[in-house]
Amino acid sequence: MKYVEEFNDPALARRLLDEIHATVTRPWAMMEVCGGQTHSIIRHGIDQLLPDEVELIHGPGCPVCVTPLEMIDKALAIASRPDVVFCSFGDMLRVPGTGRDLFRVKGEGGDVRVVYSPLDALTIARREPDKQVVFFGIGFETTAPANAMTVHEARRLGIGNFSLLVSHVRVPPAIDAIMRAPECRVQAFLAAGHVCSVMGTAEYPGLAERHRVPIVVTGFEPLDILEGVRRTVRQLERGEHRVENAYPRAVREAGNPAALRMIEEVFEVSDRAWRGIGVIPDSGWRLSDAFREYDAEYRFDVGDVRTEESCDCRSGEVLQGLIKPNECPAFGGTCTPRTPLGATMVSSEGACAAYYLYRRLEVTPVG
Amino acid sequence: MADTGAIGAGASGTAIGTGVIDTVVDPANWSCPAPLRDHPVVVMGHGGGGALSAELTQHLFSPAYGNETLAALTDSAAVQLGGARLAFTTDSYVVRPLFFPGGSIGDLAVNGTVNDLAMSGARAAYLSTAFILEEGVRLDVVGRVAQAVGAAASAAGVRVATGDTKVVESGHGDGVYLNTSGIGLIPPGVDIRPQRATPGDVIIVSGPIGAHGVAVLSVREGLEFGSDVVSDTAPLGGLVAAMLAVTPDLHVLRDPTRGGLATSLCEIAAASGTGVVLTESAVPVPDSVTAACGFLGLDPLYVANEGRLVAFVPPEHADAVLAAMHDHPQGAGAAVIGTCVTEHPGMVVARTGLGGTRVVDLPLGEQLPRIC
Repeated sequence: MKYVEEFNDPALARRLLDEIHATVTRPWAMMEVCGGQTHSIIRHGIDQLLPDEVELIHGPGCPVCVTPLEMIDKALAIASRPDVVFCSFGDMLRVPGTGRDLFRVKGEGGDVRVVYSPLDALTIARREPDKQVVFFGIGFETTAPANAMTVHEARRLGIGNFSLLVSHVRVPPAIDAIMRAPECRVQAFLAAGHVCSVMGTAEYPGLAERHRVPIVVTGFEPLDILEGVRRTVRQLERGEHRVENAYPRAVREAGNPAALRMIEEVFEVSDRAWRGIGVIPDSGWRLSDAFREYDAEYRFDVGDVRTEESCDCRSGEVLQGLIKPNECPAFGGTCTPRTPLGATMVSSEGACAAYYLYRRLEVTPVG
Repeated sequence: MADTGAIGAGASGTAIGTGVIDTVVDPANWSCPAPLRDHPVVVMGHGGGGALSAELTQHLFSPAYGNETLAALTDSAAVQLGGARLAFTTDSYVVRPLFFPGGSIGDLAVNGTVNDLAMSGARAAYLSTAFILEEGVRLDVVGRVAQAVGAAASAAGVRVATGDTKVVESGHGDGVYLNTSGIGLIPPGVDIRPQRATPGDVIIVSGPIGAHGVAVLSVREGLEFGSDVVSDTAPLGGLVAAMLAVTPDLHVLRDPTRGGLATSLCEIAAASGTGVVLTESAVPVPDSVTAACGFLGLDPLYVANEGRLVAFVPPEHADAVLAAMHDHPQGAGAAVIGTCVTEHPGMVVARTGLGGTRVVDLPLGEQLPRIC
């Protein structure tokens, strides 16, 4: 298939690996920002094939993982209401809130539906005017345009029984927060390709300059990731810290102007809590005042739901690259995909789940 | 086993026969043992064919029924009756939509049960059919399903010997639910079950995987996408007979339906205590399935098949069995995909196309589409 098989070619992968092996002279720690990249790295065994000097630190770019527990609890409260059809992307259904998940709400009679697009939720709202239809609008810059578009369409079409539960997060403030942490070991970033396909690359030169780190926009197939690593290693070895685009088939410098306009119209930048990390200033979006009436948090008055995270879960340190998943005492013991303490163990893109699912043979729990 | 699709909007079922008999519990005092306590109500994952399904069987049904026939980890039970060894199985079909590219619930209900019998080495002889119809469903729809059952039975060389019909009120069903049970004779000298997987066994899949699951998803309400993929639903009794003609000593056969090839391999590794090494690049996956799985965020290894089998064959017979499969229409695309090893007992490890390795695990419940 075009753009899948070509980017999975073992012979080309070998060439890129040979070049990386030939270039590297000392240890480097780089963070792949996106959970999709983490998943691909572990699934294809890419980390096993890189030189020992290249350490991949798994970043916070899994939207499921960083959605705060409190927001999950708000979703559970709304989804439990008899008048609500609660629509979500599939992988949010298994994320544990306090004591239960959306699957459980569904099993108990709640109307929880998996959709592939927020516009499908809008279609449901139009078909079922007696119901309140809520879409769980989470994710990074990748999912924001479609969610913004849905709210825009709800207003344009006069669909009043639709609302959005918003927990959107933005990558650049998270990179800044990671680099500001005193114990930070990250020396370079593989930036999330699909985030950049929406936003472009204009947000990154300032970060690269301020923190003196190479930032290489990287895709998701094995060859994309190896090419991102190759360019990053080359910059590190040369002492450079530039923004490079190693994913030009999807990313333009200016991003996607139509998507950016839609985000601009519907959302405004806000502080946002990240699960396991805490509040990062300006790191999220919320519906702007003009669209407040479509905000499910206001419509259903769940502003008073307050939740504390499990103190045994060290996913925050994993998400910041401070520890590897298997260095958490709970890993593989009290915390498994079956009984996750934190969201990094739930989502297939979470670093802990990826380690547990694919790497049990090599990694043993520490501590 | 019945396909239920991979997504939450579908339906659900659980196969008996994957359990280990625990102590029998006192029904008056019964409480769900861990880890079922996480879900005091049934969730869709209990029918997904993964870990939750296995736990339901192991912790709830097996203790309640408690007998040795159930304890064997097989798609169909092998039972002794008079002088005959029979394979016996039942399955319920709750697929949505009822008709999909390449087949219908009627084809699945016949082929699924015929294939469960074939996985014991048996040629299906007789089937029962039980229809649960929802009030208001059009009779021409029921008629089309019945025609499909008849045609599939004829193609598989099996007779529908008995049947039943019930009707539930509108809103209490999903149009047509269908249950079939089947019996067939197991040839003498044949002992096919997952416990017999042995280090050295060669693992063969009978053809490209994933077509059925993708075909059903491509027409599911709310998820329609353009695709030329058609279901692989087909009876496998003839293919199994051709393989048994080479040697009666096939160790394991399984049709990787719900949960896909990965789930079947995990179950066989666990039941036999052998390690399984899967060569990922050797697994045949049609380009169109790769493409659909790519944009849906699904892994073809976990997508349902309805006309494929995976065989564990002693190495001395592997070439001849593979050749016999290639000569049969249902096995034309057969390929060796792995071996049984003494390392990592009970666990499946894939060698990736790039040369790395990873563990292949049971899915917890249903495969969930990813966000981005």
